[in-house]
Amino acid sequence: MTDMQLISLTVNGDEHTLAVESRRTLVDVLRHDLGYTGTHVGCEHGICGACTVLLDGQPVRACLIFGVQADGCEVRTVEGLADGDELSDLQQAFSRCHALQCGFCTPGFLMLAEAYLAEKDGRPADEAEVREVVAANLCRCTGYQGIVEAVCSVAADRAKASG
Amino acid sequence: MTRWIGAKVPRKEDGRMLRGRGRFVDDMRPPGTLHAAFVRSPHASATITSIDLEEAAKTAVGAFTSADLGDPFLLAVLERDEFTPTRMPLLAGDRVRHVAEPVAVVVADDPYAAEDAAELVVVDWDPRAAVTDLRSAADGPAVHSGLTDNCVVDLVMFDDERLDEILATAPVVVEAEFDSGRVAALPMEGRACLAEWDDRDEQVVVHVSTQVPHQVRSGIAQALGLPERTIRVIAPDVGGGFGLKCVVGREEVVVAALALRLRRPVKWIEDRQENLTAAFHGHEQHYAVKAAFAADGRILGLAADIRCDIGAYSAYPFTCAVEPLMAATELPGAYKVPAYRARGRGVATNKPPTAPYRGVSRPQIVLVMERLMEKAAAVLRMDALDVRRRNLIDKFPYAGVNAISYDEGSYRESLDLAEKKTSDWPAECDRLRSRGLLAGIGFSCFSERTAYGTPTMSQRRMRMTPGYDTAHVRMDPTGEVVVTTGTCGHGQGHETTFAQIVADQLGIDPGQVRLRQGDTDLTSYGWGTFGSRSIVIGGGAAGKAAGVVASQLRRIAAFLLEVSETDVELSEGAARVRGVPGAEVSVAEMARLVHFQAHQLPDDCRYALEARQSADPPGTFSNATHAALVSIDPGTGGVRVERYVVVEDCGVVINPLVVDGQVRGGVAQGIAAALYEQLVYDADGQPATASLMDYLAPTAAEIPPIQIFHLETPSQHSETGAKGMGEGGTIGAPAAVLNAINDALGSDFDHIPVLPHQVLASSGGNR
Ligand code: FES
Ligand code: FES
Repeated sequence: MTDMQLISLTVNGDEHTLAVESRRTLVDVLRHDLGYTGTHVGCEHGICGACTVLLDGQPVRACLIFGVQADGCEVRTVEGLADGDELSDLQQAFSRCHALQCGFCTPGFLMLAEAYLAEKDGRPADEAEVREVVAANLCRCTGYQGIVEAVCSVAADRAKASG
Repeated sequence: MTRWIGAKVPRKEDGRMLRGRGRFVDDMRPPGTLHAAFVRSPHASATITSIDLEEAAKTAVGAFTSADLGDPFLLAVLERDEFTPTRMPLLAGDRVRHVAEPVAVVVADDPYAAEDAAELVVVDWDPRAAVTDLRSAADGPAVHSGLTDNCVVDLVMFDDERLDEILATAPVVVEAEFDSGRVAALPMEGRACLAEWDDRDEQVVVHVSTQVPHQVRSGIAQALGLPERTIRVIAPDVGGGFGLKCVVGREEVVVAALALRLRRPVKWIEDRQENLTAAFHGHEQHYAVKAAFAADGRILGLAADIRCDIGAYSAYPFTCAVEPLMAATELPGAYKVPAYRARGRGVATNKPPTAPYRGVSRPQIVLVMERLMEKAAAVLRMDALDVRRRNLIDKFPYAGVNAISYDEGSYRESLDLAEKKTSDWPAECDRLRSRGLLAGIGFSCFSERTAYGTPTMSQRRMRMTPGYDTAHVRMDPTGEVVVTTGTCGHGQGHETTFAQIVADQLGIDPGQVRLRQGDTDLTSYGWGTFGSRSIVIGGGAAGKAAGVVASQLRRIAAFLLEVSETDVELSEGAARVRGVPGAEVSVAEMARLVHFQAHQLPDDCRYALEARQSADPPGTFSNATHAALVSIDPGTGGVRVERYVVVEDCGVVINPLVVDGQVRGGVAQGIAAALYEQLVYDADGQPATASLMDYLAPTAAEIPPIQIFHLETPSQHSETGAKGMGEGGTIGAPAAVLNAINDALGSDFDHIPVLPHQVLASSGGNR
């Protein structure tokens, strides 16, 4: 199998050009070709959401997308969330609410929640809606409560900040 | 003086995880890494007539059968006559015993190429009849030659001769059978390993996603016939384990063998299909129980015949006896049972082997006891909580009929508080019913023996007996501390909680304490993390070692401040003279002196500030009451857990954040076992649940908020007063949910999971 394609993509603001096999998934391109190992693989069949990244702002399962499909796209991964040493409000809330234990599912949840909060654009969130959104991903450790609380608390803070 | 124990200290682990900078096995990729792919059996039972590697070898860097590796195997042994050891070949050579059993391995420069090459391996199979059903396994062909009745272990643990008489004469005898489905532990990170040869140390360094690095080292050493020194096992960040990773996987040993042979890094990352079909499973059990009750609801006697489906092999090092032994020994649980008989059998089938999945038989035995309480209450027309109250252990230490001495607990109190905290639930049920739903409430009470030390474990008679653990505490010249432990966290926040324990001893900030774990070269031989042992045994050892260092600091301070040692106390980074404000010397200053100017100290203060201590308690007993309120849609049979309350007592709580997180995660797994999860096999042993499309792990939409209340009865057997608690959530939830379903439907389900079509069939008759 040497069906190689040249692709370019921007990850967290940095541009990369590389040759990939057409069958290579985006998550493998990110993790193994480009070294963004923060994004995890939990199932490779689109159920667990551990591999969630933002592709042109939209949350996608990077195991269900080929690297070649990301040609010319902008990708955001968990490595791009903190501002230098400063964790984002969402990352801080995850720690405060004990929304992670082993941390394996965490990057996927952060990216999913990040997209959701961006879409809310400062409008307040209700818990039922947050539960429905985070139900897209699986976590085996936390029982989800901390995750729901973290996302709700950031939504509330951002709503307050945007008046 | 205790300051950090009990505080909601935010976790040290979080920063790197939240930045995506955790280091899991698959995040490591040394140059020249080869990727392994296993060729697995499509048959549950078959003879292998030939394996042809020729085509595969053309595209791969290497392709190997069992013979190529010297037919290595793992062997777990229980030193009992009633146990038959079964060799688990790393790669099956002549015969396969379950679907997805590995028979060959190929390595290539890229995982995609490795999978391509694996597909080119041609195996000739001669399929045989498979044994897949626990109840009829005795009549099937032998899974291993030499097995009678396919029974690998058959233990009569207790046999009170008065029992027949009691059962014959008791006012009420409840007789029932209980079943629980085969489930997957399903950590989000599957199994994973990367082995590389290190020329400098002449060692193969094996990074494994494991809970038990030392046992992985011992397993590799024994299987490959190597001295333990030649192997270094490192568990980096581990993405959940839940018991699946407390046994040694054959793939891990194969990868180590390949790295040794090829002198190149070799990696294997389990995919989810392998995880569901080829990894260790848990909890497939059947109970036939008879219980005698007095007219006032007191239990008079209990007899149980327990069978556990252990799959095709005994997992290393624990053996397959873990489940039957636990079940037969601990069935009475939180209740006073005066007469007891139990037989526990481990039955081999052509399914993957089982591992000690979170809870180990206790979700099942609690389910049995809690159903018995309900059934007895129904016959006697008594309140089921009152029947429980009559039977709960209420005086401590309690000498159980199962030869267990129960540590102090709050069994009655937890039930009373749970009842109080759910007093508005009947009204909630009415509300749900007015919306056309069915609704019910269920309780479960349990004691959870945790932190099994060697005094307890030795009774099982494993050739490798776990139980003790050792910690080393060392202060550096700046007054910061490194702790090493043989326990090995995989999400439980040990870096934080161990630091809290040590910081309290030394009067420093937990931020100045770093934990090293999961590396066989750095830590004393230890048993890793399982059985809710880490904070009690590992944390206890760390607390003891820190106590020794603290006494060294006090001695140095006494010399420097010219006071008696007993007048010195350590707090907030300094040694202070009690009652004399300002008379103090900082811990950092003493650390500097010890290391850089030892000559300024008297002999008995030099070369100090480190200590190694072990802990090996007989075990601690956490307890809890769980309560669940479920609603049921009579149209779909769908069950929803609406409300959930846990009243739990794990002794001294080291970090409430961590404890609550463990409880919630455990309850989620218990609800899953009650309502959703089951590995399904057909009569030929083919799995029907090979992906997460079919194996239903619950999401945030299925798991309700879980309200937790704490009682604190410190354990005398634990250094800190803490009791183990990592499994309790999983243990209590299935019974509480099942009781709630039965309450809602007026049904008598005695199995888990309870699936929508079964609910529909039952509620159909009820409407
Ligand atoms: S790894 Fe992509 S959804 Fe599970
Ligand atoms: S924190 Fe372990 S899977 Fe979510």
